[in-house]
Amino acid sequence: MALVPGLIKGLGVTGGTLLRTVFPDGWKKPIPNPVKGAETVQYPHEKEAPPPRARGVIALHEENCTACMLCARECPDWCIYIEGHKEKAPPRRAGGKPRQVNALDRFDIDYALCMYCGICVEVCPFEALFWSPEYEFSEPRIADLLHDKSRLAEWMETVPDFEAYEAGAETKVKKVPPT
Amino acid sequence: MTAISDREKLSYIAAQAADARLNLELETEGMTLNLGPQHPATHGTLRIIAKLDGEQVISAEPVMGYMHRGYEKLAEVRTYPQVTALVNRIDWVGSFANEVPFILAAEKLMEVEAPPRAQWIRTALFEMSRVANISLFLGDMALQLGATTPAFFAFRDREHVLNQIEAVTGGRFHPNFDRIGGLKDDLPAGWITETKRAMRKMRQFCDEMEQLVLGNEIFAARSRGIGVIPADIGLSYGLSGANIRSSGVDWDTRRDNPCGLVHSELDWKVWTHPDGDSFARFWVRLQEVRESTKMIDQLLDGLPSGPIMAKVPRIIKVPAGEAYVETENPLGVMGYYVISKGDLVPYRVKIRSASFSNISIAPWLLKGVYVPDIITILASLYFILGDIDR
Amino acid sequence: MIDATILLGELAYWQQTSLRVVGGLAAVLLIAGTLVYLHLFKLVSFMQSRLGPMEAGPFGSLQLLAEVGKFLQKEDLVPRKADRFVFLAAPFVVLVSTFLLVVVVPWGPDAWFVDSDIGIYLAMAVSSVSVIGILMAGWGSASKYSLLGGLRATGQLIAYELPLILAVIGVVIQAGTMNMQLIVTAQADGAIFGWDGIGNPYILTQGVGFLLFMIAMQAELTQTPFDMPIAESELVTGYMTEYSGMRFLLFFIGEFATAGVFSAIAAVLFLGGWYVPGIDSDDNILNVIGPLVMLTKVVGLTFLVFWFRFTFPRFREDQLQKLAWKVLIPVALANIVATGILKVAF
Repeated sequence: MALVPGLIKGLGVTGGTLLRTVFPDGWKKPIPNPVKGAETVQYPHEKEAPPPRARGVIALHEENCTACMLCARECPDWCIYIEGHKEKAPPRRAGGKPRQVNALDRFDIDYALCMYCGICVEVCPFEALFWSPEYEFSEPRIADLLHDKSRLAEWMETVPDFEAYEAGAETKVKKVPPT
Repeated sequence: MTAISDREKLSYIAAQAADARLNLELETEGMTLNLGPQHPATHGTLRIIAKLDGEQVISAEPVMGYMHRGYEKLAEVRTYPQVTALVNRIDWVGSFANEVPFILAAEKLMEVEAPPRAQWIRTALFEMSRVANISLFLGDMALQLGATTPAFFAFRDREHVLNQIEAVTGGRFHPNFDRIGGLKDDLPAGWITETKRAMRKMRQFCDEMEQLVLGNEIFAARSRGIGVIPADIGLSYGLSGANIRSSGVDWDTRRDNPCGLVHSELDWKVWTHPDGDSFARFWVRLQEVRESTKMIDQLLDGLPSGPIMAKVPRIIKVPAGEAYVETENPLGVMGYYVISKGDLVPYRVKIRSASFSNISIAPWLLKGVYVPDIITILASLYFILGDIDR
Repeated sequence: MIDATILLGELAYWQQTSLRVVGGLAAVLLIAGTLVYLHLFKLVSFMQSRLGPMEAGPFGSLQLLAEVGKFLQKEDLVPRKADRFVFLAAPFVVLVSTFLLVVVVPWGPDAWFVDSDIGIYLAMAVSSVSVIGILMAGWGSASKYSLLGGLRATGQLIAYELPLILAVIGVVIQAGTMNMQLIVTAQADGAIFGWDGIGNPYILTQGVGFLLFMIAMQAELTQTPFDMPIAESELVTGYMTEYSGMRFLLFFIGEFATAGVFSAIAAVLFLGGWYVPGIDSDDNILNVIGPLVMLTKVVGLTFLVFWFRFTFPRFREDQLQKLAWKVLIPVALANIVATGILKVAF
């Protein structure tokens, strides 16, 4: 049997937390301020910023997309819908042959199906897809969770720059294309 | 009510009288109590059919499969990078640890090895998922025994670890960060100092839990001597991890069979407890959280520099062969048996998850205990429903 | 300020009765509301590093009204195989015992509902009525969880009734009366070794009795660590499992109102009730201050109840009975003997 019964110690832990929550500034400034002392955040009024790498929503940089379908094929739950066609573009140099380019007609991601694994962003060889930490895009209708390419392009503004790496890293930092 | 402690006598009664639902001594009728699949104590969809005599359990049978999602079958039609996204969801509380054995098995088949920096970061994240997972257990077991506040403390402090996991992987719960031949990305700047602060917070949390729960006389009265697992019985049921270590078996895959992770280069200790009861299981897990936080500190201090990705082809085709890799996951030993026919997708993936073995011993343990002890024992065995049913 | 006795003397019987009913309702519901908001919503949240309700009204103060509104809207479900009358009547039986308890508690020298010479005796007798309500709820629900909860509650409440009453007996011996009003004045007029600055609150001489009373009270209120009948991780919510809407609300009010009323009784018995040191115990001003003093003491005592509730895990049924019969009752009996000897000696 310990000198102080565990029951009393337990009361001390909860009581101590109570005091720390109500008086976050300690004994020197005993003004009750539980809003500061609590660990919780009053969500709609104040928001915690997710880390820059957070996988919130996928943004599409349309100019880079060539409708190669790699993302759609690698997606584990097949929630990306891509349609494209081939166009003739004017030649780069005068007198050259007209080039053939892939134009994107449709690029939809169904966020009702997406499981936010990030494989599409990773496999994209042309850097057209980026993660944005935005998370507030819930909809009253499930059909509205299907974001088309204009909606996906809007998310590009919220994509943060890639962070610098910790010391000792040899990986090259990627760049986010300007919108 | 007569307390039946003699197991042989009890098994006789269970065999002879449970079906007839009669108590031989008092000639009272028994009662079948159905706990679950929707019940506050089963944290998920586990169902337990308990045959009771008064408040004493004659026999109890867990019914599983309410959350079967067919990951083994799904893995047969998913490419190797896609499978890691799936297996995250098996034990959803410590999900990074689920990826590791699968990736290690695939690496074994492909005969690539991750560069040292990747291995160290992998081990750090592996231990962080253990801290996140077991700290939740510490709160949850106290909650099952009726104390509300420890659960809130656990959710509060687990957030420090999850924030750090999110900062590096991008996902709080489903990191999907492990890749064949290394990791998806390197650590962001400033992460190491933040993580060390989080680990200090977790050690504080351990001290708080020690005072609030472990030292509590009521908690001791509820859990000491309840659900004693002798070492031989535990081994024969395939228990692993903290469950078997709390029965005095000094066995930890991290130390005894290291494979792809760098635990052997760290200074740490395997905690065991001789008692084998619910209290011992709580105690061992509490010590393991402490030990893991110390391990993470060492890992971050000794982090070697270098690349994080070995040379791996862009489209991964795993050569034909079979590999089995098991690691010491938060819940116990988790293993993946991967058979490849040289294709883009695995031919067969067999998942050995720890929770399935943990729950298998329940019918043996639950004989003769009282109804409140069902909850104590199940909480102390610690299983995640996704890990049982997969 | 008009003297309450004179006022009551001038009123017709039905007027007196309706005044008492309104007063009783106010005493029960106001206390229950205060406790739920202050303790359950706020202080307990702070213990768990969170804020509790913040949206309804300033600092969530109207949350309780929102909750009541929600419960009133819910469907009043009755299980098909339930014993209909018993099931429907049970919450009222529980609540009635609370209302009957409050009548004997004095709130000031003249602010009382019933000035009974057997006040505390009546309170102890009435408090055991709620067992019947709980057993009715457990049996009538036609659910195994409810039945187990009801049976556990019955065993527990009856076991803890004894230490509760035995703890009170010490006070009764010392005060020489069972009238709650006279117990307060006995404490007010008492003296500690000749010094009568704060009277003689019986917590000083009956410290053991107070401890026993608080432990037994915790068990009577079925709060953790004695919440086996509810035990949400085992029995869902025990005898309340099948209730919804209005009837669940009645149980809920009953739980918190009883916590308040029991704390009020403890305040009267051990903490000097409505008496304020330095004011003559017949002074009319105490009819105004007294209820506030009582409320403060009630809030303080119930804070202890909720502090214990949210810190400790719960006992098992057999451990709980062992504690009652092997520890609390012998200690209470020894306390009575000691009190009796000292009463005769001095």
